[in-house]
Amino acid sequence: MKAAPASNLLARGGRFIAELPGAPMALIERVIGTGRMAYVFLLPNILFFGMFVFLPIGIDIYYSFTGGTALFPSQRPGVGTLQYHYLASCKSFYDPSSCREDYFWRGMWTSLKFTCIQVSVMVLVSLATALVLNMKIRARGFFRAVYFFPVLLSPVVVALVWKWILQPQGLLNAVIVGMGGHRILFLADAGWAMFWAVFVSVWAHTGFYTLILLAGLQAIPRDIYEAAEMDGTRPLRQLLRLTLPLLWPNLLVVLVLVTIRGVQTFDEVFALTGGGPGTATMMIVQYIYTTAFASQVPDYGLAAAASVLLGLLLLVLTLAQLWLTRRRGAA
Amino acid sequence: MKSQVKSCLVGAAFIAAMAGTSALAQAATTLHVMWYSDGNEGQVIAAQIKDFEAKNPSIKVVLDQVPYKSIQTALPVQLAAGQGPDIARVTDLGGLAKYMLDLRPLVPDAAQWDANYGPFLNWMRLPGDTTSIHGYMTQLTITGPFVNKTLFEQAKVAMPGPKATWPQWAAAIKTVAAAEKVPYPIAADRSGHRVFGMILSQGAKVFDAKGNPAVVDAGFKAGAKMIYDWHQQGLMSKALWGAVSGATYQGANTQFANGQVVMYESGSWQIAQFAKTVGTAFDWVAVPTPCGPANCSGMPGGAAVVGFKSTKHPKSVAKLLDYLASPAVISAYYGKTLSVPGNLGVAKAGVHYEGASPAAAAALKVFGDEVSTLAPVAYQLQGYSKNKIIFDAVISRLCEAIVGQSTLDQAYARITSDIANQIAAANGK
Repeated sequence: MKAAPASNLLARGGRFIAELPGAPMALIERVIGTGRMAYVFLLPNILFFGMFVFLPIGIDIYYSFTGGTALFPSQRPGVGTLQYHYLASCKSFYDPSSCREDYFWRGMWTSLKFTCIQVSVMVLVSLATALVLNMKIRARGFFRAVYFFPVLLSPVVVALVWKWILQPQGLLNAVIVGMGGHRILFLADAGWAMFWAVFVSVWAHTGFYTLILLAGLQAIPRDIYEAAEMDGTRPLRQLLRLTLPLLWPNLLVVLVLVTIRGVQTFDEVFALTGGGPGTATMMIVQYIYTTAFASQVPDYGLAAAASVLLGLLLLVLTLAQLWLTRRRGAA
Repeated sequence: MKSQVKSCLVGAAFIAAMAGTSALAQAATTLHVMWYSDGNEGQVIAAQIKDFEAKNPSIKVVLDQVPYKSIQTALPVQLAAGQGPDIARVTDLGGLAKYMLDLRPLVPDAAQWDANYGPFLNWMRLPGDTTSIHGYMTQLTITGPFVNKTLFEQAKVAMPGPKATWPQWAAAIKTVAAAEKVPYPIAADRSGHRVFGMILSQGAKVFDAKGNPAVVDAGFKAGAKMIYDWHQQGLMSKALWGAVSGATYQGANTQFANGQVVMYESGSWQIAQFAKTVGTAFDWVAVPTPCGPANCSGMPGGAAVVGFKSTKHPKSVAKLLDYLASPAVISAYYGKTLSVPGNLGVAKAGVHYEGASPAAAAALKVFGDEVSTLAPVAYQLQGYSKNKIIFDAVISRLCEAIVGQSTLDQAYARITSDIANQIAAANGK
């Protein structure tokens, strides 16, 4: 008996709150017209984006045309394109040691190498994992959770855990020595350090991309496979002719996300290898950070110019993705 | 019963709130101190700050204890943005000089500062400045090696004597490491001070006749090659210097405390830490810096507590620093933290090192004696306001050669150009 009036009251209260913005919205609509209402709804997001994305981009571009060590824009003298000139001063772009800013080009090439290897491995591993987890296997829910678990960890935690495993007196070396082998300096050898940087990155993020691909796999109608089976199509042919083409939109998303993340990689690798040995795993973002914040003479202008160039590279990658998506859509 | 408990809780909350309000009302000024510790310095300074607060109830001091890395990387950016603390304990004395507050007009007895900290005040000044007082030394540091004596005894190898050369030590350490299967025969912190602590003895002059940096010379090359060769021979493990990039600091104190290092090139600030972490696990000793053809010099350095111009309370900053730098307080600080004194008066009077173990006391004496063997160029390099540019360039490029990314000659060329570019950038390009 008592519950009914209370729920009525609650419903009425909810309705009142829901209708509260109705009157001012109606007034705005009358003033600016229905056609322009979309902009009113977009305004909060545009303001947020403007403040935290577009304004910093503008400041970054401005800094790239200034010099000196002062932090505030008003105290920084304009130097034109000098910072870009410094970055581009190379006898050969393929040989970073011939460049004035050799660390920039080393970072670029290392990022490129890391991204190429990481993207290939990440996509293949994620795809294989998603295909297996999409099958009716025992303890499927448990395995899905296990593969996703590393995604929940902070990148620094991931790096520190693996650093403990890989250090000279770490777990992996203990196993190797225990089996009669020789201790390996995993993080002090350029080849090994790059291998582990890619491995740890794939280990930490493969769960996320597996999830995207798994969702794509589950969206493929079962009856297509049933029809294929009735036609006697072999599993490998099903994968190549049915699954992969139908999964293409999801694969494309994964490909783009992994590529952009690969180029932006910093935290995990920095905590794991510190960019070493030498500069073997120093990515472009680490160069930007070090130039601006970790050297005795902070060169904000040079770091800003490098980040503008990195931004342009990411823009090209994103545009390529849009072009690919539209081309595929049109086909 | 319930209402009694409730009343008591409300009463307690009211009293606590009132106490908080009255404390806040009394402490009109709040100072923020950014502090890093190698050993127990944080505990000691916290107690001394409490004493200061008791004597000056109108000043509240917040001690922010941070890792050394924050002092190196975060503090300079904060200061550039005008958002730094009021006071900090720093080691880049010349590099941060432009942000430091001149205490001379604010302290009651500037002559006391000149008399006790005179030679070190210059390390905190910009070129051309001969009068500013920016802070006081919490310790004078000298680089030098620690040796695991137990390993020598177990290997039945005699430790080289006080005037032994680097090659003599290297040969002895090689034998010990082979006999005892030690993973890090020689280890050194990945730091410019430590590199020059080994290189200066080879005759590096670092500066030209006009006092401008001219780092790469025959002496420097001899020292750099010695370090390079040790890495290639396995006497120094690439796992320490090779495992990071750029000028990133990497210590080997943990490895030494774990008995994995025969000789650890570090410095006097590690004494308190080893007294605690090594304890009686093995016998450790500090030995004089090995000699080279030119001298037996390590590198001086130190940490200073300085005030910053951006503070809103310069008088309170001066009051706190004047208290902490006063002879009685600083002497107690040196004694409790087992630091080599950076106060001439206290050094002359002698420091009573409280509870120092025999090993720590002996090590303090070794480093104290080292002051007289320091080469003039070591002081010149420490006093050069842009010395971190030199240190960073040498560490970064030498490591690239060590891990095989460049040759030594390429590294020398890069060291020269990096220093020239960075100094030009520091001067506004």
